[in-house]
Amino acid sequence: MADLSIDFAGIKAPNPFWLASAPPTNTGYQVQNAFRAGWGGAVWKTLGQPIVNVSSRYGAMNYKNNRIAGLNNIELITDRSLEENLSEMKEVKQNFPNHALIASMMWETREEWHNCIKRCEEIGVDGFELNFGCPHGMCERGMGSAVGQNPDVAERITAWVKEAATKPVIVKLTPNITDITAAGLAAQRGGADAVSLINTINSVTNINLQTMSPNPSVDGLSTHGGYCGPAVKPIALNMVSELYNHPDFKLPISGIGGIETWGDAAEFFLMGASAVQVCTAVMHYGYRIVDEMKAGLSDYLEQNGMKTPTELTGIAARKLRRWEQLDLNYKIIAHIDPEKCIGCQLCYIACEDGAHQSIALQNHTRVPKIKEEHCVGCNLCSLVCPVDQCITMVQIPNGAGRLTWPEHPANPNRISHSALT
Amino acid sequence: MLEINTENSLVCTPLPPESLTRNFASIKPRMTDNEAVIEASRCLFCHDAPCTIACPSSIDIPMFIRQISSHNTKGAAKTIFSQNILGKSCAYVCPTQVLCEGSCVYHGLNEKPIDIGRLQGYASDFAIDKNIRFFEKGPSRDRKVAVIGAGPAGLSCAHELTRLGYAVVVYEASKQAGGLNMYGVAPYKFNNEAAAKEAAYVSGIGFEVRTGTRIIAEDGQNIEKTHIILSDLEKEYDAIFLAVGLGKSHRPGLPGEELRGVYGAAEFIYSLRAQNLNVPVGRRVIVVGAGNTAIDAAVETAKLGAEVTLVYRRRPEDQSAYDFEVAHALQAGVRFLYLTSPVQIIGEAQVDGLQCVKNEVVNTATDGKPAIKALAGSEFVLPCNMVIFATGQEKMVDFYSKIPGLSINQGKVTVNSFFQTTNPKYFAGGDCVNGGKEVVNAVAHGRDAARGIDQVLKGGAA
Repeated sequence: MADLSIDFAGIKAPNPFWLASAPPTNTGYQVQNAFRAGWGGAVWKTLGQPIVNVSSRYGAMNYKNNRIAGLNNIELITDRSLEENLSEMKEVKQNFPNHALIASMMWETREEWHNCIKRCEEIGVDGFELNFGCPHGMCERGMGSAVGQNPDVAERITAWVKEAATKPVIVKLTPNITDITAAGLAAQRGGADAVSLINTINSVTNINLQTMSPNPSVDGLSTHGGYCGPAVKPIALNMVSELYNHPDFKLPISGIGGIETWGDAAEFFLMGASAVQVCTAVMHYGYRIVDEMKAGLSDYLEQNGMKTPTELTGIAARKLRRWEQLDLNYKIIAHIDPEKCIGCQLCYIACEDGAHQSIALQNHTRVPKIKEEHCVGCNLCSLVCPVDQCITMVQIPNGAGRLTWPEHPANPNRISHSALT
Repeated sequence: MLEINTENSLVCTPLPPESLTRNFASIKPRMTDNEAVIEASRCLFCHDAPCTIACPSSIDIPMFIRQISSHNTKGAAKTIFSQNILGKSCAYVCPTQVLCEGSCVYHGLNEKPIDIGRLQGYASDFAIDKNIRFFEKGPSRDRKVAVIGAGPAGLSCAHELTRLGYAVVVYEASKQAGGLNMYGVAPYKFNNEAAAKEAAYVSGIGFEVRTGTRIIAEDGQNIEKTHIILSDLEKEYDAIFLAVGLGKSHRPGLPGEELRGVYGAAEFIYSLRAQNLNVPVGRRVIVVGAGNTAIDAAVETAKLGAEVTLVYRRRPEDQSAYDFEVAHALQAGVRFLYLTSPVQIIGEAQVDGLQCVKNEVVNTATDGKPAIKALAGSEFVLPCNMVIFATGQEKMVDFYSKIPGLSINQGKVTVNSFFQTTNPKYFAGGDCVNGGKEVVNAVAHGRDAARGIDQVLKGGAA
């Protein structure tokens, strides 16, 4: 088994799988159960002025037979006193000294931040996470995403925290912003040791068609909530890579957003993360999913001759380019394996109605035929095909060299090589 | 578990009602809402779907399944009934394993096919239980059509004709409408209550069904009050649709067939259905034949508590019963004796046994079923109290051969593409035209015949 232990911005943990600040880290009872189950760290449910929650707090986006493709919540930060939380955190730290225990915090005044930091360090937390991300409720009170959406404010509060904290500080970023790098760079300027992203996305999960009220319904009314779960992963992967690839951004990233399996975690590493956090999958299946994540990630590292998860960090992100740097002469076309084809003809109708009319039906068989001269290589047929490896995209060597948009003859603003020389 | 009556008596002691209920429970139980949505969500929504192509009534199966998965069960029922107004019975009695479900592309992935039959039953039951109606009488055309036979073909034709604006009366000799669904299919597939409910729903569009009314071909003696003579119908109606189905069970003509306890399968099943399972059944039953009706008779008697043996003159691979039907019979405890032919029925007044002979295959080279030869000296007697012949059903030739100008080919009524017979007043469809197929084939015939009748009566067809 590969060594999964990590040192994330100075925070050591037996593995990179941490529980995100959320209902699974509400109490000491839960976090100790999680550590026993094998989680490497936990970011405690956000400490702050105790709030009062509504009843009816979650809504889900289901897709066909899959429950909770996306989850939405309107729950706020901890509803328990600082004393209660700190005493339980202290017990966790005593029982699990080698696991990472991170205090998530959300306060209003500099004094409040300082006080909480001091008290947390007294009971031995390993680091802090600043909740600049919650997109519901707390932002109406000038906290959460209201901070994260304003880089100057985020930078200032980070700096306040750094005045008091001796342990590493992670800033949790909201995705509800046009340019995630602006928020990440502000955290870096404020002195943060790391960032974590993404927090949840503004959302209304669905509408009850009988009552015509949005969910989750609080006595017939609702409010927008924070969206998370498998459906948000592609958005999170992009944001993680945007920060990772920004030339001025140097901090380690804790990846969050729809992670449910070892493979999801590996993708976050490959896109630039050095640790990951999980919430929704635990809310769906419980703590024991971490066994699959640890075993799978370890196998994957071994298969690739790697010794530690951070060897993965950024490999895929570094393969991201601006669109105009992609090779316009690269050509692939679809190929259907007639032995594997089950004759559903979804590829045909997808191409016919939804793409480029490059697949034909045949008289003697239900296996469709690619019109190779028309196929633009868009991948759609291979995506709709229900059979693994039945439709593959095959490269057509055309002998033409690399050609990108800036040099392309069809580009009215193309760079003339003769003009450059 | 199937309860079998093991008491050593000539006639089976009737099973207690709770055992009968259990034995005859539907083999396609109704889906729960949750189950239906989960199953419907598995459907790939194939283009030009093989299931629809395989359906003799061309139901847009992927569409109705998509509607179930999107919680529009009513819309699903409309999609089904638009093509097949007897979609409810077809859901339960169709051999879906060899039709729609048999062609599901999931077979190509070694994945369980979509449970189309039960999904169709789910949506159809939803609409019928709530009496949600999708079709109404068309604007009156002042034309009248008589339909003879309230089976699947007749009801389907009458429904479509009513939609098209014709005044329709269906004449049915039996006490209840439904035909095969009421009197022919196995009750663990579709029971009397379901058949009656469906027939009432279909006729609810606004056509009359005169049950207990036999149509006879010619004037003569023995005319009862409830009989109507064809020539009288001809005077009253612009067209007559023959949907009379099949006739009596075929009998091989063996010595002893007159003994008490010898039945034809169709007649046995008819009384089983008409008397709601309250029929006497022998303790030991022998069913002769290995078609789907033979299986039904064997399973039914087994479920009534009998010890059942099925004898068939050829090999397992030659039997015409579907594999899943044979599996069902084996599960019900039916014993199969292959390469065995009945020679004579033994007994005084009541059947005591069936004398049989073993056969051997003499020529497998021929196309289709092989030739067989009895093995000399292989005779043996199977003791039994009841023999059921399920060796095919006769055509109703006696009835329709008396209609002037009607061309009949191998007992089947000949029709053109408008389902019009060679007597221009008469149209025909269902088993009397196709020789005996599935309920769904009859429904499709009835529907298409109605459109044919419409074309002809409007003068749009020769």
